[in-house]
Amino acid sequence: MRFIVPLAIFIVLVVVLAVGLKLDPRYVPSPLIDKPAPEFSLTRLADPTAPIARADLLGRPLLLNVWASWCSACRVEHPLLVDLAQREGIEIIGLNYKDTRPDAAAWLKTHGDPYRDSIFDPDGKLGLDLGVYGVPETFVLDAQGVIRYKQVGPLTPDIWRDEIKPLLAQLKTDAP
Amino acid sequence: MKPLLRAMVLWLAVGVAQAADTPFEFQDAETERRYQKLAAELRCLVCQNQSLADSHADLAQDLRDEVYRMLNDGKTDEEIVGFLVERYGDFVLYRPPVAGITYLLWFGPLLLLAGAGVVWWRIGRAKAPVQPDADEAAAIAALTGHRNDPP
Amino acid sequence: MIPEIGLFLCLLALALAAVQVLFPAIGLLRGETAWLAMARPAARAQFVCLLAAFATLVHAFLINDFSLTYVAQNSNTALPWQFRVSAVWGAHEGSLLLWALILAGWTLMVTLRDRQLPGDIAAVVTAVLGLVSVSFLTFMLFTSNPFARGVPAPPDGADLNPLLQDFGLIVHPPMLYMGYVGFAVPFAFAIAALVRGRLTPGWARWARPWALTAWLFLTIGIALGSWWAYYELGWGGWWFWDPVENASFMPWLLGTALIHSLAVTDKRGAFKSWTVLLAIGAFSLSLLGTFLVRSGVLTSVHAFATDPARGVFILCILGLCVGGSLSLYAWRGPQVLAGGSYSPVSRETFLLANSLLLAVSTATILLGTVYPLVIDALGLGKISVGPPYFNLVFGLLMIPLALALGWGQFARWKEDSLGRLWLQLRFAAGAALIAGLCLAFVIDGPARVTAAVGIALAVWIVASTLTGLWARCAGRASPLAALFSQPRSFAGQAIAHCGFAMSIAGVCLTVAMSVDRHERMAPGDSVQLGVYEFRFESLNEFAGPNYQADEAKFTIYRDGKLVSELHPQKRFYKVRGMPMTEAGIDAGFTRDLYVSLGEPLEGKTWSVRLHYKAYVRWIWLGAILMAVGGLLAATDRRYRQTATQPAAAGLRAQES
Repeated sequence: MRFIVPLAIFIVLVVVLAVGLKLDPRYVPSPLIDKPAPEFSLTRLADPTAPIARADLLGRPLLLNVWASWCSACRVEHPLLVDLAQREGIEIIGLNYKDTRPDAAAWLKTHGDPYRDSIFDPDGKLGLDLGVYGVPETFVLDAQGVIRYKQVGPLTPDIWRDEIKPLLAQLKTDAP
Repeated sequence: MKPLLRAMVLWLAVGVAQAADTPFEFQDAETERRYQKLAAELRCLVCQNQSLADSHADLAQDLRDEVYRMLNDGKTDEEIVGFLVERYGDFVLYRPPVAGITYLLWFGPLLLLAGAGVVWWRIGRAKAPVQPDADEAAAIAALTGHRNDPP
Repeated sequence: MIPEIGLFLCLLALALAAVQVLFPAIGLLRGETAWLAMARPAARAQFVCLLAAFATLVHAFLINDFSLTYVAQNSNTALPWQFRVSAVWGAHEGSLLLWALILAGWTLMVTLRDRQLPGDIAAVVTAVLGLVSVSFLTFMLFTSNPFARGVPAPPDGADLNPLLQDFGLIVHPPMLYMGYVGFAVPFAFAIAALVRGRLTPGWARWARPWALTAWLFLTIGIALGSWWAYYELGWGGWWFWDPVENASFMPWLLGTALIHSLAVTDKRGAFKSWTVLLAIGAFSLSLLGTFLVRSGVLTSVHAFATDPARGVFILCILGLCVGGSLSLYAWRGPQVLAGGSYSPVSRETFLLANSLLLAVSTATILLGTVYPLVIDALGLGKISVGPPYFNLVFGLLMIPLALALGWGQFARWKEDSLGRLWLQLRFAAGAALIAGLCLAFVIDGPARVTAAVGIALAVWIVASTLTGLWARCAGRASPLAALFSQPRSFAGQAIAHCGFAMSIAGVCLTVAMSVDRHERMAPGDSVQLGVYEFRFESLNEFAGPNYQADEAKFTIYRDGKLVSELHPQKRFYKVRGMPMTEAGIDAGFTRDLYVSLGEPLEGKTWSVRLHYKAYVRWIWLGAILMAVGGLLAATDRRYRQTATQPAAAGLRAQES
């Protein structure tokens, strides 16, 4: 009997390792899901004198996209965001993270501006409160400003189709 | 393939961000000690596997700044750790909390030790008579003419 | 053309490894001993093939053959030649070839020294090693071929990761792999005993020198890795409990248990089942380490470029080798492994306690390493298990281990009495207690208890070792002559135990007494660190062969007298575009002074880390002593005699 114990332990270990192969060790789920988005008071990207705050995000479900001009991965997902804003009329809020106004403005000019509003967060304060750790990140907020979903890394058409689009549709029917 | 891609993209994003490593000045030695302990026990999120203290990533510097600021604001260690856990989850804790899902982690070694103790006790008790293996004893006897081991 | 020859040689080696497995297997099944004889020449030829294949890869690196994808990804024309050679094993594909070569080298050594073994056992041992070789060569050829050509060939290579452009890469991986792979030999012995259904009295004696040799290489490999991390990463850490470090530490711990348990099985015929399990376990953990490092299931600071397909392949190898051998153990173990006998107070029980404690420590590290994975796999979230956990739990487990060590190395075989032991060891215990108390008064700060307990344990180990020497020599006519005529195995044991004590002391004193500061400094500034004054004298440009550097000049004064001059650098490697910190270190027996440049802040002001590292060298010196002890024990007369004469002679040499 006792000669079987090592084999049994090993089998459990192999099962765990096999499951582990399918997981991404770097992905950190956000503890903020289903919690209200944090309060903030920052300025708009285009205008240093125009304030923007959490209240400006309420009323309708929307996407909050965290990006920066120095982030090369943001370029990968950007055409999709532009497409979503133009063709599907999705409301996207841009959160410009640890950037400078001229760089960010130039970047948007080159790559297109899909954002309904752009928040300028040069020190990453709001980013910190949102638990941002790898730009780009995309949040789905409902009409009450509650975080419902978070995507770390570039948005892809698959993720949009399978995860975010159905979620947005559901949020819209929940709160007209 | 997807996790790999994501890892690569993350690495790119991080790679571009400027490395940062700003020293702090502390009001007293006790604050400095607390800071060093916190920075060593909190995990950086973007780097492979490093503490806040060891990481050169930009985000790690932001979080170090935040820890430093909260220390100066008179926050307790628990409040500072709580602040980060609220935003990033238990992942940031190199010292996992003793809670439901970590009972096995923290008390597992005790269980193992107890198991080893039982094995030791049973083996030690079970075979009291001092008698070498039959074949080995025969071999030794044949070759050396019955001789006891010296101490 | 030459790389194709290398690839062909690898394929040939795979075929030879298959011969090495199949011929003994068929021979044993059909009862025809002539078939067994094929294993030996096949194994030797396999080594020659792999050595030649390895040489072709070295050649490709030396002539900058960037048509090979592996060379193009890990080398560059500006890379100094010695790093071009070590770049051969600087990444996944080439390091696998090194793995296979070292395995073939160990197999060759076995075939050169296996005449003392019964023919069938020797054949099975070679066949098991062949099976491991088949697995890894298949893995290499089908998922990670270092000889693959890339079209078109790039004009220049992407360079070796700057972290690896260092002396450490030249020596650390070969030593580590010698250890990892070396445990395949006792593993093969264990499997052979199980397969043939008999564990002869000589079994442990044959396995012992192999296990000791593998263990001493692993000891050196781990120590080199720790030292390398210390001077290369730039923040003065020497152990991070990173999954990859744990992957090398677990087989070391279980290997340590193995060499002690083998001693009991050799001397007393006891614990056979436990020893066989440890032999299987040590090599299984080497394989597990290979999986953890190369599959990407855990994040680590030294992970290879990972690929899930490779992970699946290694998991299959792991399941096959380890699952197969543990199944064999479960099936044949009860018939083969009836144990020996001894009384409750005896060297046997102390050694059993020690190997059990080492096994518990190993299991604890395994638990901590895979626990985040388990939680994630169960969908319960993400957690991290890091240094605070391991330091606490592992540190606590070392206390009973060190205590039992002192008793164990002194107790008699078969039967002893606690009274006698206490009488002999009370002075050692007293010395340990006094040393611990002294430290508790001398040292202040949060690590006071750690330091006091650590020093008490170190003194206890050394003092009980000396007591043992004294007991063996004092009564003799010429004590000094007696001291030097002790068998090597005993000398090795004493030296290795003192090395262990030295490492414990080094760890605890470094933790308790080191001072470090993170400062903002410009040329002309100075900072006081304990009794040392660090002056930042000047900052210069420095051009290396393939990097550009800012080099600072620091002078260190103690009481106004110059102690040392250090030149830490901040390098920028042009090809990879990566910054690297090159610390300036003044190494000493009782302390290191360590300066590393962080980042430029403004103007000529830099963020600088200054360290006073107390007794940090002791950690590695202790490891060197352990390895020396292992070498002495592995070359003991008993094993050399049995090499020339049949096993019987060894039995006669019954030293304690």
